[in-house]
Amino acid sequence: MSLNQEVELLKNIPLFSRIATSRLKLLAFTSERLDWDASQTLFRQGDDGDAAYIIMEGSAAVLIETDAGEVEVARLRRGDVVGEIAILCDVPRTATVRATEALTTLRVTKETFFRLVTEFPEVAIEIMRELAARLERTNAQLREALGTGGG
Amino acid sequence: MERTLFGFIWRYSKRDQVLLLVMTGLSFPFLYVSLELPKTIINEAIGGENLPGDLFGIPVDQIQYLFVLSGLFLALVCVNGAFKYVINVFRGQLGERMLRRLRYLLYGRVLRFPLGRFRRTSQGEIIQMITAEVEPLGGFVGDSIALPAFQGGTLLTILIFMFVQDWMLGLAAISLYPIQAYMIPKLQRRVNELGKERVRTVRQLSERIGESISGIEEIHANDGARWALANVAERLGVIFGIRYEIYRRKFFIKFLNNFIAQLTPFLFYAIGGWLVIRGDLTFGALVAVLAAYKDLSAPWKELLGYYQRLADARIKYDQVVEQFDPAGTMPAELQFAEPPDDVSLVGPLVGSNVTLLDEDGEAEVESLTLTIEPGTKVALVGPGGGGRDSATMLLARLLFPDRGGLSIAGASLAELPESVTGRRIGYVGPAPHLFNASLRANILLGAMHRPVGPAHDHDTPAGQRRRAAAAASGNSTDETTADWVDMAAVGVGSDDELEARLAQLLGRVDLGEDVYGFGLRSVIDPDEWPGLADRVVGARRRLRERLREEGVAELVEAFDETAYNTNASVAENLLFGTPVGPAFALDHIAQHPHVRHVLDKTGLVDDFARIGRDVAVTMVELFADLPPDHEYFTQYSFISAEDLPIYQVLLGRAERLGLDGLDAEDRDRLVSLPFKLIPARHRLGMITPEIQDRILQARRVFTEDLPDGLRGAVAFFSSDRYNAAATLQDNILFGKVIHGRADAQAEVGRLLAEVIDGERLRDAVLGIGLGFEAGIAGARLTAAQRQKTALARALLRRPDILILNQATAALDPASQARVMTAVFAEVRHRTVVWSLHRSGLAPMFGRILVFSGNRVVEDGEYEQLMARGGVFASLIEEEKAGG
Repeated sequence: MSLNQEVELLKNIPLFSRIATSRLKLLAFTSERLDWDASQTLFRQGDDGDAAYIIMEGSAAVLIETDAGEVEVARLRRGDVVGEIAILCDVPRTATVRATEALTTLRVTKETFFRLVTEFPEVAIEIMRELAARLERTNAQLREALGTGGG
Repeated sequence: MERTLFGFIWRYSKRDQVLLLVMTGLSFPFLYVSLELPKTIINEAIGGENLPGDLFGIPVDQIQYLFVLSGLFLALVCVNGAFKYVINVFRGQLGERMLRRLRYLLYGRVLRFPLGRFRRTSQGEIIQMITAEVEPLGGFVGDSIALPAFQGGTLLTILIFMFVQDWMLGLAAISLYPIQAYMIPKLQRRVNELGKERVRTVRQLSERIGESISGIEEIHANDGARWALANVAERLGVIFGIRYEIYRRKFFIKFLNNFIAQLTPFLFYAIGGWLVIRGDLTFGALVAVLAAYKDLSAPWKELLGYYQRLADARIKYDQVVEQFDPAGTMPAELQFAEPPDDVSLVGPLVGSNVTLLDEDGEAEVESLTLTIEPGTKVALVGPGGGGRDSATMLLARLLFPDRGGLSIAGASLAELPESVTGRRIGYVGPAPHLFNASLRANILLGAMHRPVGPAHDHDTPAGQRRRAAAAASGNSTDETTADWVDMAAVGVGSDDELEARLAQLLGRVDLGEDVYGFGLRSVIDPDEWPGLADRVVGARRRLRERLREEGVAELVEAFDETAYNTNASVAENLLFGTPVGPAFALDHIAQHPHVRHVLDKTGLVDDFARIGRDVAVTMVELFADLPPDHEYFTQYSFISAEDLPIYQVLLGRAERLGLDGLDAEDRDRLVSLPFKLIPARHRLGMITPEIQDRILQARRVFTEDLPDGLRGAVAFFSSDRYNAAATLQDNILFGKVIHGRADAQAEVGRLLAEVIDGERLRDAVLGIGLGFEAGIAGARLTAAQRQKTALARALLRRPDILILNQATAALDPASQARVMTAVFAEVRHRTVVWSLHRSGLAPMFGRILVFSGNRVVEDGEYEQLMARGGVFASLIEEEKAGG
């Protein structure tokens, strides 16, 4: 996959849809493209976070370690961004991410990611929207869990 | 050291000085005859008076007589010249010898200074004194006795000659000497004072410069450059004033001398002329006297010059010696006495009422009384800066107590020579110094106390000459090329065992992995490591096999003469080797004429111009909006921020004129861009398979057409040969770890380590890593690595007592715990006294001494002290609270 193809892919991701092509090209150029085999781990819960990943192709599972073992809480597909929480909040990885099939990602370093967010408010807003949506989902799950538990 | 300059000269060079005097004395008769001869030539041979008729029975006429006498004169000129030459050479040798001796003596004294001295004397001052200030002394020493004797003698000879000719002329010649003899010393005295002043201020200047260098970070961090410059400017101003004053005064003295010297001929012409006219003096005698007078001014000038230099040298000597004779200097015997037999310091360490005073007479350590049984592990804790630090250094005999005494195994510590304390006690301080040498040399320093064998050229004439020269100057005849490592102290019997021990020690101090890394990244000379190159090539094959066995062969794209390596840059692909020297350095390879030749010949130059344009377009598109100081420029851009506007304009021209319409400079700029492209990394799709094939073709042309003069400038890749220009790691890898595969680096690194272990190369890699140069004061290592190296250095000689002064303070907590455990394992049955920077480390010790201020306030085991709830317990509390 050439840089230009990567840029085409990025354009189709809602998060980046409003960013100029040249900027996306810079993002792709300054990021490392990485291929993963199925079941290879991108990062582990509790690791220090130094980069976020944009899924370009394939899929990956988000897993949370519980006493009962790993529980899959989400499935990532093309266009999803993962790993941004650890670099935004400077906390250890909150979950483990593992490829479920052959996977291609762009690895965006902490510095590049911050630059992206500060230079493009629209990216920041998209990320806020995504994070808010996740929070809402979590709340819904919590309500459901409490509701079941209470009733 | 001798108090006065002449004391020093006489003590160390009396024999040579006497010899010089004798030689000088022998030369005078010849000088006298050479003065007398012109008179005889003029009066007899030329003037024709009293012709002898025959010489030694052989009849001669006037012409023959003239030639005989002239020949004699020529012979005398030669003899006088020879005397001068021999005397000067001898004098020069004597002077240089004495300079060598003086410097050696001074340096030797520096090594015996009490440590406190270094707090008051700056490094710059000491260096300035040993190197620059004593330099003129060497020249002076050679002259000190012989020169006044020689020049004085010459002067006297000439004067006697004059008086013999005519006493009135003689008197005329010296008539003005009393005036000079009265005035010059008067003028000189002030110059001497200024000279002293100058020495002092120059010393201060070097101190100031030395301080600026040590404090350079502070100067930058506090914008202190102007203040620093102003300070130095002030000092330079003072020095200028003094030097100018000296210059003026010296020149006045010179002027006075010259003036007086030129007055004297006036008397000759007047008195001498009158005498000749009256017939009381022959014409020949007057010419001879005038000639002699010309010769007279030289020695007189020399004597006056000598007088000035003498004054100068005295000042320098006094001032230097005064600085190198501080109170408390260790006697030389204490440093150099060899223990009569194998002294052991296994025994109790006993201190009674040990008190150490600081410069103001305040007690730094007060009445320290303790007994440490052999084999005990003792921790010293307490707030930093208090008595703990000084007490630790007292125990290591780096400081000497002012009152009370310390003894180990019954021997008084203060009286033990360094050959015992420096071999039986191991000490590591908080900021250990590494010397500008390899890691190995730095560690081995722990067991290099004296030469244990002769130098390799000990018995050759060169070796003997070298030692004789050193002995003649009172220097050490120990040779640095000899074997110095005390194998018995290390506990090994052979070089191989020593290497094994070093490897073991590196593991103990948690430095093994670092050194292993240094080794892998080293470029070695295969001739120095016989057999290693082949084994590395073997490891290369083995790694390839292992990669295949693990099914990850594609993680490394091997160098293949017939294939393009998409994980290497275009430059690397073209060169297909490692550059040796600057000619084909990858950054500038595009400019090299041979590379241009290759591009032209293969027609690639047009493709490169086109690809260069595409790269430039991409770079302009990506980076044009960024501010010029953006870090992306250095990290990612092919074009620097300054050059980007140039390329923008250039691209405009290319648009208008087409690539063929560009001038040579513009094309060169474009052609240079593709060299850095790595297809797999940059993913720009510009190096198409077709271009790759063409570059392969160019690779062949590059080799075939390479001029003989450039053969050595590149070490070509060859799958079955060692590449002496590449690192060990690159040699084993023989390819590029591919881009774009997650964990490729880690996976390849793991297999690489496995292969190195499997091929038994690990020791060799460690050995090579030990050759890593530590840099000035160990600057190429981290603080933690320096501490670990110093620990290894102290452990190497298996000391009876190990004294550690915050020796692991720079290590991270995990490494610190590992190192402490390993050190305890290493010195299991021996005494350890460890001054701790964190009290929390104390539970590992059997006994804890707690310092508060300058006293020990608590002493006991960890549990005891904690239960007591005193100073120690609160120290631990504080540390916990502070995190």
